[in-house]
Amino acid sequence: MSQLPKPDREQLRAKYPDVFDRPAATRLAMPAMIVAAFAVFIFGLVDLDFSLAKLFAGLSQLGWITLMMIPPDPGSSLPAYLSALGETLSIALLGTTIAAIVALPFSLLAARNVIPSGWLRFPVRRAFDSIRGVDTLIWALVWINVVGLGPFAGVLAIAVADFGAFGKLFSEAIEAADKKQVEGIRASGGNALHEIRFGLMPQVLPVIAGQVLYFIESNTRSATIIGIVGAGGIGLQLAEQIRVLEWQKVSFLILMILVAVAAIDWISGKLRFAIIGQRAIA
Amino acid sequence: MTSAVSILPGAQLAILNAAYRGAVARKRLRLALAAAAFLAALVVAAVGAEVNLRTLFTYFGNFINYFDRILTLEDGTRVWSNPAEWFWGWRKWLWMLAETILISYVGTMIGAVLAFALNFFAAQNTSPAPWLRFVIRRLLEFARTVPGIVFALIFVIAFGLGPMAGVLAIAIHSTGALGKLFSEIVENADMKPVEGVRSTGASWLSCMRFAVLPQVSAGYASYALLRFEINVREASVMGFVGAGGIGQELVVAIRKFYYSDVSAILITIIVTVFIIDIATGWLRGRLFGKDARA
Repeated sequence: MSQLPKPDREQLRAKYPDVFDRPAATRLAMPAMIVAAFAVFIFGLVDLDFSLAKLFAGLSQLGWITLMMIPPDPGSSLPAYLSALGETLSIALLGTTIAAIVALPFSLLAARNVIPSGWLRFPVRRAFDSIRGVDTLIWALVWINVVGLGPFAGVLAIAVADFGAFGKLFSEAIEAADKKQVEGIRASGGNALHEIRFGLMPQVLPVIAGQVLYFIESNTRSATIIGIVGAGGIGLQLAEQIRVLEWQKVSFLILMILVAVAAIDWISGKLRFAIIGQRAIA
Repeated sequence: MTSAVSILPGAQLAILNAAYRGAVARKRLRLALAAAAFLAALVVAAVGAEVNLRTLFTYFGNFINYFDRILTLEDGTRVWSNPAEWFWGWRKWLWMLAETILISYVGTMIGAVLAFALNFFAAQNTSPAPWLRFVIRRLLEFARTVPGIVFALIFVIAFGLGPMAGVLAIAIHSTGALGKLFSEIVENADMKPVEGVRSTGASWLSCMRFAVLPQVSAGYASYALLRFEINVREASVMGFVGAGGIGQELVVAIRKFYYSDVSAILITIIVTVFIIDIATGWLRGRLFGKDARA
């Protein structure tokens, strides 16, 4: 067994000054950030009226609520809940589809390789960003003001909120497309519409289909909550039962939501697998 | 340079052509069937959601009108002609907005700490026992599948109205989401350092501390920052159910038809979300290199 030569500290120190004598700024940066983050956290706890007494009182209350939730029991309103769940799924499916159909032409306007000039592209992009900055629940409230209470407001809320998200995602997918095929179409004498239809769309559509399916999945979750503000679906029932403290029904509704979301996850996972293959899912 | 394309004899070509046409026809048929199934699902959904296409167009006019209305002041002028009147409540709104950001910050911190404590038990390669992993995974799944606002509704009843319910709701939801992401980072970590540390006779805890943590901490911080960004949006609606933040003001303005207030509050929220997005993006880029920005 060979013996390593004993390292010469001084020589090493001279050779790697950055390792042995780090400047104070870099040495202190990490602890300082941690201290600052922690200080803001403590300030937040104080400012938001946290207190141990409140926390324990709330936790014991929560314990009682949990006990009262067992066993989950729909009472006599199971048919109403099932139809509300169907309504939720309908809202998710319709809202996402409308958003995808409307967003596709607009996403072309926001893609660099379709519209090279920034004059049109930037306003469209900022519009997408602003729409995405507003939560689905807020859109639901706005639409309720416009079309009244009910699932239709929910459909429109999801459609508008997703329009922003799809616009961004689709335009990114379009920008990532290979430009050789577009050039091929142009070389054979196709016009701009031909380029989009035969050069871009075949590359982009599978990606878009995957994203739409994923959004239908995630919108099932969103659709369960927009009912809380009155836009239809199972959230309406859930919020009502929570307000009248019918905890067994609440736990049943939550279980229903969990099962429905899991089922949709499973189905859309299978579908995406079929459309774009396993590699692109991740 | 030219090269002749050799054309097969007619009989052979006919077979190939027929096979090609058959394949295309099958593909078209499958596509048509899928489209028909999708259309049928849409029609069923439209009936279920009480969609009325004829009224959609009238409603769409209302929608445009609504935006016209929220951009008009009480005295009938456009909002931007008198910003002082438009943002009359800016002092209160900024205060509520600060509360919103604080709610999401504290909620993210609690969620990240809980997720940090739980994720080593949920990751396949570091979990001490399979049953423990199963239990923790189901717990995290539950926490992330139930929407944050449902937790908020229940917590408002348990903990009383106020920001505390919002913080806890966000904390639980973040625990679920971050716990999953964290455990995925751990599963991708290199196991050789763990073996090295274990071979010195270290306990499970020391293995996690000295072999896994140095590999994963940057990823943790990056995901926590991303979560903070998402939570700011989430916290902006917590007020709808009485769990603190700017949502309270917004829901009052919308329900009571204080039109210009609606647009003013919406704009403050959008601008704040933009600023937070850009700031955390910048911070992630600074801390973890350009790749982490996406």
